[in-house]
Amino acid sequence: MNAIGIQIGWIIFMPILVIIMGLLYLGAARKITARVHNRYGPPIYQNIIDVIKLFSKKRATNHGVMFSLGPIMAFSGLLISLMFIPIGNKALLSFNGDIIVLLYLLVIAPLGMALGVGEGANPMGTIGIARALTLMLGYEVVLVISALSVMLYTGSASFMKIIEAQSGGVGHWFLWPLFLSALAMDMALQGVLGEKPFDQPIAPHEIASGPMVEFGGKYLGLLQLYHAVAIVVETGIMVNLFLGGGTLFWWFVKSFTVFFIALLINAVMPRFRIGQAFKFFWTYPAAISLLGLILVAILK
Amino acid sequence: MAKEKAPKGIKGWAQGRSLWMLHFCTGCGAIEMPPTMTSRYDMERFGITPMATPRQADLLLITGYLTVKTLKRVVRSYEQMPDPKYVIGFGSCTVNGGMYWDSYNTIKRLDLYIPVDLYIAGCMPRPEAIIDSFTELIKGIKEGRFDGWIRYRENIEFYKRNQAMVMDIRKWSLDTELAERIWNEVQEERKKRFERATVPHVYELAERIPEGLPK
Ligand code: SF4
Repeated sequence: MNAIGIQIGWIIFMPILVIIMGLLYLGAARKITARVHNRYGPPIYQNIIDVIKLFSKKRATNHGVMFSLGPIMAFSGLLISLMFIPIGNKALLSFNGDIIVLLYLLVIAPLGMALGVGEGANPMGTIGIARALTLMLGYEVVLVISALSVMLYTGSASFMKIIEAQSGGVGHWFLWPLFLSALAMDMALQGVLGEKPFDQPIAPHEIASGPMVEFGGKYLGLLQLYHAVAIVVETGIMVNLFLGGGTLFWWFVKSFTVFFIALLINAVMPRFRIGQAFKFFWTYPAAISLLGLILVAILK
Repeated sequence: MAKEKAPKGIKGWAQGRSLWMLHFCTGCGAIEMPPTMTSRYDMERFGITPMATPRQADLLLITGYLTVKTLKRVVRSYEQMPDPKYVIGFGSCTVNGGMYWDSYNTIKRLDLYIPVDLYIAGCMPRPEAIIDSFTELIKGIKEGRFDGWIRYRENIEFYKRNQAMVMDIRKWSLDTELAERIWNEVQEERKKRFERATVPHVYELAERIPEGLPK
């Protein structure tokens, strides 16, 4: 009975923690980008202020039922996938095969967005969603092949088992034996996170922030929360598969490090065209991850 | 119905510290925005970032002279922004016409058409002046001093009338019924006042002395 109570407590507490951490990540991202650009930058809690402001807006344009359901669907899809990611050695839902479930669940969020944006009927939004789905087609392949090589290496498709296999210090991380897969996944992660050079879906100067174009007020607030959680979930995959999980503190340190690398690339890069981005994903990262998979299969 | 008030307390604070702006680059003033945004003056310190669409924006910057044609787009963008929203008129051209005071196709006083919260004087204002106005705006929002969108809603007839003097508002308003009615009234009035039916709208505006601005 007590164990169930604690579990439920974690299920409620974890999303709140992740939302706050995610918003701080975003704030830190703005600060770091500003420092790279030789600016002073906003305070690190700026994104929390933004969210408070957005939710306190009185009016927001609504285009229909699906328009308001879209962001909710995206956000809740993401919260469910959060349950499958062990954060700080604490898996809320864990069973053999949860990596595969997670990879499927990650697709719900963009589809939810697509439904909401479709009802908004803004051409910019439609272009943004088309680009997001195309980009997804690009990076998913790399992501899945890299995850597959880890699964093959440990002979298990459960996050907890994989983290256990890496326990015992830095030397045991899968980053070293599976270096090629880790490298490919980090490249794919740049696209998953939507950082430059892969920020085609929300290119603000080109298509007026893409899918978000029609959303304002509390809908935009929800999308901000969505973005915050998404960063933690997406970097979390990398942390759990290759960097050996860790306690709550170290988990967030590792996840922020992964995000930090993506940020530095983001701060100095221009943007690919969508065709170039797609081509990039299906050549170098895909080749590297395939090579990694073959090496694992042969040497194992 | 209780009178709507500008946000105060934590809402006002959050609103002031996170202004997302839509800079409507109409006139020459827009050239002063990049230095204000980038390393030298960095307005992101105050949480002010440029946004791409009116739906996401809180602050509308009118950077310079407005032709009648552009005014349509400005009004449309302004009406699409979610409340609370603020407007800054940027440069002498928005105050009194500036060096376009006798131009046939620009409007002279911006606050006849949309409620303006702050003006920045100067032709063109330096980034220091812009930063100064932003800090003033932030301070005012925290104290709940600026309430342009409430004024706009309460005096909608006044603003729509003025807009109808210079342009066909029927296509450019969110409230189409009201726009239709006021447009027809203005046309009637115009026929009474001028025998010749084809007096250009803006000439008429130049003669017109604004009657009592709303408080
Ligand atoms: S005030 Fe001066 S700088 Fe600004 S738009 Fe007018 S003429 Fe140009």
